Amino acid sequence: MTNKRAITQALIALAALLALPGWARAADGATAVDTGTTAWMLTSTALVLLMVPGLAIFYGGLVRTKNVIGTMMHSFSAMALVGVLWAVCGYALSFGGNVLGGWFGWNGDYFLLRGIDETIMSSGVPEYVFAMFQGKFAIITPALIAGAFAERVRFSGYCLFIAVWSLLVYSPLCHWVWAEDGFLYQLGAIDFAGGTVVHISAGISGLMAVLYLGGRRGYPATAMQPSNLVLTLLGAGLLWVGWFGFNAGSAVESGLSTARALTVTQIAAAAGALTWILIEGLHHGKATSLGIASGILAGLVVITPAAGVVQPGGAIALGTTASVGCYLAINVKNRLGYDDSLDAFGIHGVAGMLGALLLTFFIRASWVAENGGASWTVMSQLGIQALGVVVTILYAGILTLVLVVAVDKTVGLKLDTASEMAGMDYSLHGEHAYALVNPN
Amino acid sequence: MITAIIQPDKLDSVREALIDAGITRITVTRVSGHGRHQQQELYRGQAVVPNLIPKVRLDIACNDEFVKIACDAILRVARHGGGKIGDGKIFIMPLEECVRIRTGETGGTAI
Repeated sequence: MTNKRAITQALIALAALLALPGWARAADGATAVDTGTTAWMLTSTALVLLMVPGLAIFYGGLVRTKNVIGTMMHSFSAMALVGVLWAVCGYALSFGGNVLGGWFGWNGDYFLLRGIDETIMSSGVPEYVFAMFQGKFAIITPALIAGAFAERVRFSGYCLFIAVWSLLVYSPLCHWVWAEDGFLYQLGAIDFAGGTVVHISAGISGLMAVLYLGGRRGYPATAMQPSNLVLTLLGAGLLWVGWFGFNAGSAVESGLSTARALTVTQIAAAAGALTWILIEGLHHGKATSLGIASGILAGLVVITPAAGVVQPGGAIALGTTASVGCYLAINVKNRLGYDDSLDAFGIHGVAGMLGALLLTFFIRASWVAENGGASWTVMSQLGIQALGVVVTILYAGILTLVLVVAVDKTVGLKLDTASEMAGMDYSLHGEHAYALVNPN
Repeated sequence: MITAIIQPDKLDSVREALIDAGITRITVTRVSGHGRHQQQELYRGQAVVPNLIPKVRLDIACNDEFVKIACDAILRVARHGGGKIGDGKIFIMPLEECVRIRTGETGGTAI
């Protein structure tokens, strides 16, 4: 008799709850859809995707006219390839539970995203949205690497490289830093939106690839002018706007932490841009548009790991430092002579490292009070940040080198000289980006 | 005055060869044209053959003793393989006068 009554009571309670407005069928934990947060996360997903064509435009404007299509194809093919791979197994490998000692994640329910058709996460956001949001990060990371070896890779080799890289390098790094049982997450490493997972990994991978593939024919003696700096500036603008989705969206809520992330993102980008103008003005007497675009990016990259924990003053400090650091790094590159064509390491790698490490000195007090614990000190956090940076550099760097060699020896990655001279656009894609340059 | 129409992918090689041969004054333009050369492009799944093909035109004003040197340099490097249709042409025309704008001098030394 008591059993029946208990069941009846439960059913009545459930019916009452279901009658409440805004309640959505949920698979676990009976979480309601938070429409405000979900709306923001949907928007963020779109904003981060916008960053990928934005990156294509940014890079496209920087390469020579004969290589614009080839360069933009690197970003677009990442959207295609990683877009599919992420849904099939990338999300599972990144956000599933630990397997193989925590090297990867895995969750059979995430394969083809088949198990999350009705899942609402504890944040009130449908898991589909979170999966798609994270997928955009997976897409843009290999597109960033392409900036290092621009103008000299074969398309088929590139596609194979990013497919394997995404599964073997990106997913584990993402898992270690952002999955709840990832070891860096457990240690308390702070990486709000991907300073290590996206930028340091892309930067170091680009550097390793370039060291193996070598430079463009004629570098550095031959001048290789940007085809269209107007496009580059447009791309930088799209990236800046999209970055609000990248950073503020990583809050996975629509509230105070989102507001904080958006604010420091804006301020760091502006500080980076301003600093770069000043440096160039002092160093060369002229501020360049490419410089301001680079400063914007340096500021945005440096704030990426830090957007959740620093305040505006810290954002200005980080943005300024990033521009100084990246400017120096690019000058060192010119002196060392390796051809990191579009400064994937010089900007994304260096600013990512600076952000991941220096954020430690600008963490807001309330974060420390809430998350610090008894033994927390700035130095202890710096140690954890440094560990994250070193792990990323070693893992991404070594695996990328192995991968680049493997792809080059099998399918072929380095473009042959004749095709490089003719240009990727016609050699690899049978098209001319700037047909308007020739009367027809 | 030498006018050379070459394939665009040979521009770097030709310029380097000319500089090596001592010819460092050159004007370069992008042009479109065709002789017997046909070049296929891809558009929406179809292979199309445009009438006018991108080429590069070099205009080199030089004194008579350099004409052969310049032509030999171009012929050496502007060919594809053993020579393919579309490699281009060199036109040699008499140059009536040459004036340097900066100083106003004329003649062979002004080139």
